[in-house]
Amino acid sequence: MKAAPFDYVRVSSLDELGELAAAYGDDAQVIAGGQSLVPAMAMRMARPKLLLDLCDLPGLADIRLTPEGLEIGAMVRYFELAASPLVAAHAPLVSAAVPLIAHEAIRSRGTLGGNLAHADPASEMPAVMLALGAVITIAGSNGARRIPAAEFFIGTYETALRPGEIITAITLPAAPVGRRGAIDEVVRRSGDYAAVGAAFAIDLEGETVAGARLAFFAVCERAVLAEKAAAALCGQRLGHVDPAPVLDALAEEITPVADLHNRAETKRHLMKVLAGRLLQRLLSGEKSTHG
Amino acid sequence: MLKPDPSKPLDGAYVGQPVPRENARRLSQGRGRYVDDIAFRNLAHVAFVRSPHAHARILSIDTDAARALPGVVDVVTGEDLKGLCAPWVGVLAHFPGLKSAEQYPLAVEVARWHGEPVVAVVGESRALAEDGADLVEVAWEELPAVVDAQAALAGDAPAIHPELGDNRAFRLEVGQGDTASAFAEAAVIAEEEFRFGRHTGLTLEPRSIVADFDPSLRQMTVHHSTQTPFQMQDVLARHFGLEEGNVRVIAPDVGGSFGLKLHVYGEEMAACALSIRLGRPVKFIADRLEAFQTDIHARDHRVKARMALSQNGEILAMEVDDLTGIGPYSVYPRTSAVEGNQAIRLMGGPYRMPNYRGELNIVFQNKTPMCQYRAVGHPIACAVTEGLLDKGARALKLDPLAVRQRNVVTADMYPHTSPTGYVFERLSHEECIASLASLMDYERLRREQAEARQRGVYRGIGLATFIEITNPGPAFYGVGGARISAQDGCVMKMEPSGDIRVMVSVTEQGQGTETIMAQVAATHLGVPLDRVSVYTGDTQTSPYGGATWASRGAGIGGPAVMKTALALKANLLETAAVILQAEAEDLDIRGGAVVNRGDGTQRMKLAELGRIAYFRPDTLPSDFHPEMTAARHYVPQGYPFAFTNGIQASHLEVDVETGLVRLLDHWVVEDCGKVINPLLVEEQIRGGVVQGLGGALFEECLYSPEGQLLCGTMADYLTPMAGEMPDIHMAHVETPTLTSPLGAKGVGEAGTAAAPAAVMNAINDALAPFSAEVTQMPFTPERILTALGKV
Ligand SMILES: Cc1cc2nc3c(=O)[nH]c(=O)nc-3n(C[C@H](O)[C@H](O)[C@H](O)COP(=O)(O)OP(=O)(O)OC[C@H]3O[C@@H](n4cnc5c(N)ncnc54)[C@H](O)[C@@H]3O)c2cc1C
Repeated sequence: MKAAPFDYVRVSSLDELGELAAAYGDDAQVIAGGQSLVPAMAMRMARPKLLLDLCDLPGLADIRLTPEGLEIGAMVRYFELAASPLVAAHAPLVSAAVPLIAHEAIRSRGTLGGNLAHADPASEMPAVMLALGAVITIAGSNGARRIPAAEFFIGTYETALRPGEIITAITLPAAPVGRRGAIDEVVRRSGDYAAVGAAFAIDLEGETVAGARLAFFAVCERAVLAEKAAAALCGQRLGHVDPAPVLDALAEEITPVADLHNRAETKRHLMKVLAGRLLQRLLSGEKSTHG
Repeated sequence: MLKPDPSKPLDGAYVGQPVPRENARRLSQGRGRYVDDIAFRNLAHVAFVRSPHAHARILSIDTDAARALPGVVDVVTGEDLKGLCAPWVGVLAHFPGLKSAEQYPLAVEVARWHGEPVVAVVGESRALAEDGADLVEVAWEELPAVVDAQAALAGDAPAIHPELGDNRAFRLEVGQGDTASAFAEAAVIAEEEFRFGRHTGLTLEPRSIVADFDPSLRQMTVHHSTQTPFQMQDVLARHFGLEEGNVRVIAPDVGGSFGLKLHVYGEEMAACALSIRLGRPVKFIADRLEAFQTDIHARDHRVKARMALSQNGEILAMEVDDLTGIGPYSVYPRTSAVEGNQAIRLMGGPYRMPNYRGELNIVFQNKTPMCQYRAVGHPIACAVTEGLLDKGARALKLDPLAVRQRNVVTADMYPHTSPTGYVFERLSHEECIASLASLMDYERLRREQAEARQRGVYRGIGLATFIEITNPGPAFYGVGGARISAQDGCVMKMEPSGDIRVMVSVTEQGQGTETIMAQVAATHLGVPLDRVSVYTGDTQTSPYGGATWASRGAGIGGPAVMKTALALKANLLETAAVILQAEAEDLDIRGGAVVNRGDGTQRMKLAELGRIAYFRPDTLPSDFHPEMTAARHYVPQGYPFAFTNGIQASHLEVDVETGLVRLLDHWVVEDCGKVINPLLVEEQIRGGVVQGLGGALFEECLYSPEGQLLCGTMADYLTPMAGEMPDIHMAHVETPTLTSPLGAKGVGEAGTAAAPAAVMNAINDALAPFSAEVTQMPFTPERILTALGKV
C-alpha cells in the first residue's frame, strides 16, 4: 500500500496554482487535509502525478463575518470549526456536526473545503451546507464564481467544480431569528460514516414553521434537500406537529440507495425514523435549539 | 484497575499478584522492535500481484514490463517457485478423511480466492516492488465461483479441486445416547438455525517476515512475526530442503496474533523462496488490504440445531448440524478441521446432557482460507447451546439463570465425561453462576428491566455459560502426525551478579507471557522479580517447545519454568551448603539471598554465591562442581486438555426503531484454575470479550455473490472501538488443576468464547415482547429491524 510516484508543490498563489494545474491537466490534484486523498493514493485508486498543496495559500484558513454572512475559508480544519466562537454563534449547526465526523486525529487535519470537494454522499458537511443555504466560492483560471450548495453536489464524489477550479470559501447567510437546527445520524460506532443522517434547519415565525430546509446524507448518491417534506412541514405549529405528511412526502421524494451494510429499504425506514426524531426534538416542546 | 497492594509487601510470592506487564512500558513508549523495525544490509522487498477473481484460470503472465522497471530486482510466478519449495497439504491423520489440495507459495494454473498471491515482484523498496506489480499483466479465464457454503455441496457445484472429486473437505459425526427417544419425550423442543459471519483476526501488527538466506552455509534465518517459531523452523526446513539445524526462526516483538500467526501463508513462503533465489534478505509486511484478503478468516458456520427439554427445563438432548466453509484449502499445518471439530464437540459442554448427535460438514469455497482464530469453535458451540437453552426456557416460562443452575454439571459429578468424550477434571459451574448472580445483582436488573419496558425502553439480559479448552497435550496435533510440540522447555541460569536469566519456549505476543514466567521463576527461586529476565522466541537460543496457541502459555510454560526454578534452586543451595558448610535442607533462598530455612537469617547474597561459583571455584572442594544452570521440560499429562469454565452476562438496550444495540454492561465470572496474575487474567478476559463483542455486533467479511471481498479497509470492516464498549466486570473462582504443580489453566480464549452468546441472548431477551429473534451474527441494525418486521 504505497502510493504511485508523485511530485509535490506547495503553491503560494492562485496564479501559480492555475499555471501548474493547466500544465499538468488531469495529472494534477490539489490536496488539503489529505484525509480522503492520501488513503486513496495509498490504495493506488488515485494516482496524481503532481500534488498541489493549498496549505500556504493566503486567506484560505480564515473565519470571518462579512455582510453576506459567516465566511469560512476552504482550508479551515474541522477542529478549528469546532473551537470557533464565531461559528458557534452564527452557525451552531456546523459546530454540532463536527463531533460526528470521524475522530480527533482526522478532525485535526481534514478541512471543510476538502470535505465539500470530496462530496462523499455519506458525509455530514454537505448536508449541513444544504440546510444552511451555503454559498460556495470557487476560484479558477477564469476568476471566481459563487454557487449555492444546492447546485454544487451532483453525485457520488461529483461536484460542480470544473477542471483546475478550487473551493476558496464557504459563506453561510445570516440565520433568521427563529432558526432551530439539529443534526443526527444512525451510526453503529461513533465517528463512522452514517447509515443515514439528517441535518435540519427550521425557521419559526412565532409558533409557526415559516421555512424548513431538511437535508439528508447517506441516503442516496449525494446529500439532498427534501423539498416536498419541507413544504409539508411549513405552516405547522410548534408543539402540534403532525409528522405523518412530512414523512410520507419524504419517502416519496427520496429514493435511498443501498450501501455495503444496509439495503435501500432499511435506509428508507431509518430515514423516516431519524426525521421523525429530529422533528420531535426541534418542534415538540418549548426549549429551542438554535442552529 | 488492579495494582499491587502496597500494604502487602511482595515477599517473594509473586504468583497471584497483579504484577504489571514488564514490556508494556517499552512498547507503549515506541521502543518495541517488531520485524519491520529491524535493519538489514542489502534488503529487498516483495509485493504481490493478486487474483482479482474468486476463481480463475491463469492463461498467461507477462512480466517483461515489470522486469524492465529500474529498481525491480526479480519477478516470479507460481511456476518459477515450484522447484524451490515442496508443496504442502493441510491434512492430519487424526481427522480421517479430511482432504485438501497441494499448495505452493503462489497460485499455479488456477487462483482460487480473491486476493490469492499470483506473482511476486521484488524491488529495492516496497514502493518500487508495487510499481513493478502494477506492470505485470495476467490474462485470466474466469471460472464459476463457489461462494456460499451451502451451494458448495449442490450436485451441480463446480469442484474447486477437480482431483478431489467434490467440495466436501471433511465430514464427522459424533454423539452418544438416543436422541430420537429424547426428542419424542420432550416437553419442549427449541429449534433454530444460527449463522456466524466470517470475521478475521486483525492484528495491530500485520503479518511480517524477513527471510535471510546465506547461500555460503545454506543457512536460513527468518525474522518472523509468529506465535510458533519451532513449528515454522520445521516447516521451512522440510519445504525448502534445508537441515533443520540450519534454519533459525526469530520472533521479535509480536503485535498480536490471536491465532492467525501460526499458519503457513503463501507470501511468507514466497519471501523465503525469494531469499534463497536471490541470496538477499527479503521482506514482506502485509498491508491492511492484504491482511483482509489473506490473513485467515474465521467462523463462517451455518448451524441447524435443536434441543429437547423436559417440563422442568432439563436438557434431554441436542441435535446439531454444522456446515462450515473453509475457503479453497484446509490450512497447513494445523488443518481447517479444528474449528468445526471443536464446535460440534463443545455443544452442550457445561450441561448434564445425556443424549447428543452432532454432524459436521466442512466444505471448500472460493473465499479466503478459514482457520483457527481465538476461541476456535467455542463461540459457535456456546451460542448454539445457550441460544437454544434460552429459547427453551422462554417456552417453558423458566428463568434463564435458574435453568442453567438446573442443568450444569455439579460438583459431585467430577471427573465427568461429556457426550462427545471430553473429560472434565473438575469445574465450578455452580459457584460461578452464584457469583455472577450477586456480581450483577441479577434480581434488581430484572426488576429494572421490567420497569424500563413500561416506558418503552427495551433492555435485555443475556447469560452464557461456557467451558474453554486449554493446556492441550499431544492429542491436539501430535497424534495426527504434525510436528508441533505439545511440551515446553525452560533453561534457567544464575549469572555471577545473582541475576536470573530464563529462556523459555512459550512466546510473547503482547499478552504478558514473559511477565507470568518471571513471576513463576522469581517465586519459586526466591529472588526479587526485577532480577529475573525472560527470553523467548528464538529457535537458536530457546529450548524447544510448542510456544503460543490454544491458551497454553501459563498452563504449560508455567510448570516448565516452575520445575526449572526448583531445580536451579536445589543446585544453588547445594553450592551454598558447600560454601557455608551447612546442610542444603537447612537453607533456603529468599529475597535474592541464601538464608537459614528456620529463622530466615541471611547467610549470603546470591551475588556472593555467583562470585565464588564462577570466579573462585578453587576455594571449593576439588570434587565439587557448582551447577549454575538448570533445564526442565513439561508436558500436560493425565487429561488431553485442561478445561476451564465460567459464565458471562450481557446487559444491553435495543433501539427497536433503528435496530441499534447499546451495550450497557458485561460481566464475566471465570475459573482458570490458579490465577498467577489477576491483572493479566483480567486483560485477557477483557480483550477476549471485546473480540467476542466484535463478532457479535460488528465484524463481518462481506463478499459479493461472485466472491469479491467487499471490505478491504477498516472503514468497511467494523471492529469494536472503545466508545461502544461496556464496562466489563469480573470475578474469579479458582479451581486449580491437580494435573500440574502450578495448578494454572489457560485463560486466553474464554472471553471470546461466550461474549457473542451472551449478547445474542440479551438481544433476544430485549426483543421478547415483540416475539422477535435474531440468530445471525453479527447482529446488525438491519438484521434486528428485519426480525422486528420493520424492514
Ligand atoms: C478514518 C476516517 C474516517 C472518516 N470519517 C468521516 C466521517 O464520518 N464523515 C466525513 O464527512 N468524513 C469522514 N472522513 C473524511 C474526512 O472528513 C476528510 O477529511 C474529508 O472528506 C476531506 O477533507 P480533506 O481536507 O482531508 O481533503 P483531501 O483528502 O486533501 O482532499 C479530498 C478531495 O478534495 C479535493 N480538494 C481538497 N481541497 C479542495 C479545495 N479547496 N478545492 C477543490 N478541491 C479540493 C482533493 O483534490 C481531493 O480530491 C473520514 C476519513 C477517515 C480517514
